[in-house]
Amino acid sequence: MTSEAAPVEAHDTHDVRPIRKAAMWVFLGSEAMFFGSMIATFLLYRNTTADGPGAEIFNIPFTSASSFVLLMSSLTMVLAHNAFEKRDARATRIWLLATALLGITFLAGQIFEFTEFVHEGLKVSTSSFGSAFYMLTGFHGAHVAIGVTMLLAMFFLSLDGRLYEDRGLNVELIGLYWHFVDIVWIIIFTVVYLLQV
Amino acid sequence: MAETTHRSHPTPAAYWGIALFLAVVTAIEIAIPSISAFDPVKVPLLLGLAIIKFGTVVMFFMHLRYDKKLYRTLFLLGVIGVVPLMVIMLLSMDAL
Repeated sequence: MTSEAAPVEAHDTHDVRPIRKAAMWVFLGSEAMFFGSMIATFLLYRNTTADGPGAEIFNIPFTSASSFVLLMSSLTMVLAHNAFEKRDARATRIWLLATALLGITFLAGQIFEFTEFVHEGLKVSTSSFGSAFYMLTGFHGAHVAIGVTMLLAMFFLSLDGRLYEDRGLNVELIGLYWHFVDIVWIIIFTVVYLLQV
Repeated sequence: MAETTHRSHPTPAAYWGIALFLAVVTAIEIAIPSISAFDPVKVPLLLGLAIIKFGTVVMFFMHLRYDKKLYRTLFLLGVIGVVPLMVIMLLSMDAL
């Protein structure tokens, strides 16, 4: 038996789910502009290294592995959503946890990368390049951390069967947020890393 | 949810296939900077591959291909809005 709760929101007189979902898409659209402005800022200052380290210190093989981890977390997230739609609570739980663990792996890689860069002399205050780089990748990392927190919250809710009560749409909305974090990194990886080496 | 879905979503097997496609595109992306023959077309090639990956995740994993057109419009307003925003920023700093 895989399903574990009552039908969703049977008491509702009107369905607000499409409105919440539309609001999520508006939010993601505004986030796209937010990250777009930070990518433009990085492009402005990509050569302003003030005799400090620049893109030559990037470890492309390492960042490629991190990027692959985040990309695959989109697969586990969509599999979690698929299992949720089928009311397969066990599979939903497994895929949610897998997604969170992949997100944590990505964050651990980013912390390691930042530590290495600081040891090589690239700090936020070193140059405009350093400020723009850490601001962009750091804000993205903060988004990943928020996503991991929400995924873990969903996982713990699922442990005592509360995922289906009135939180039907939440898995889908968190999934949209998580995929968005992934697509932003697709652009950052290309523009900040691959095109600068 | 039937009220928000126009077509059925892909199967788990299809999701694995899409992920494999994304992994292959990523491998190509990583290889391009190390192959000097691609240098003249490196920028458009890498940007093109990134857009393909971006679009694949949005259309299939985020289900924008299957959902209401309203959602697509709302998201595209933001994504397309990025272009003039970036151009204005870069122009204002004499970077274009």
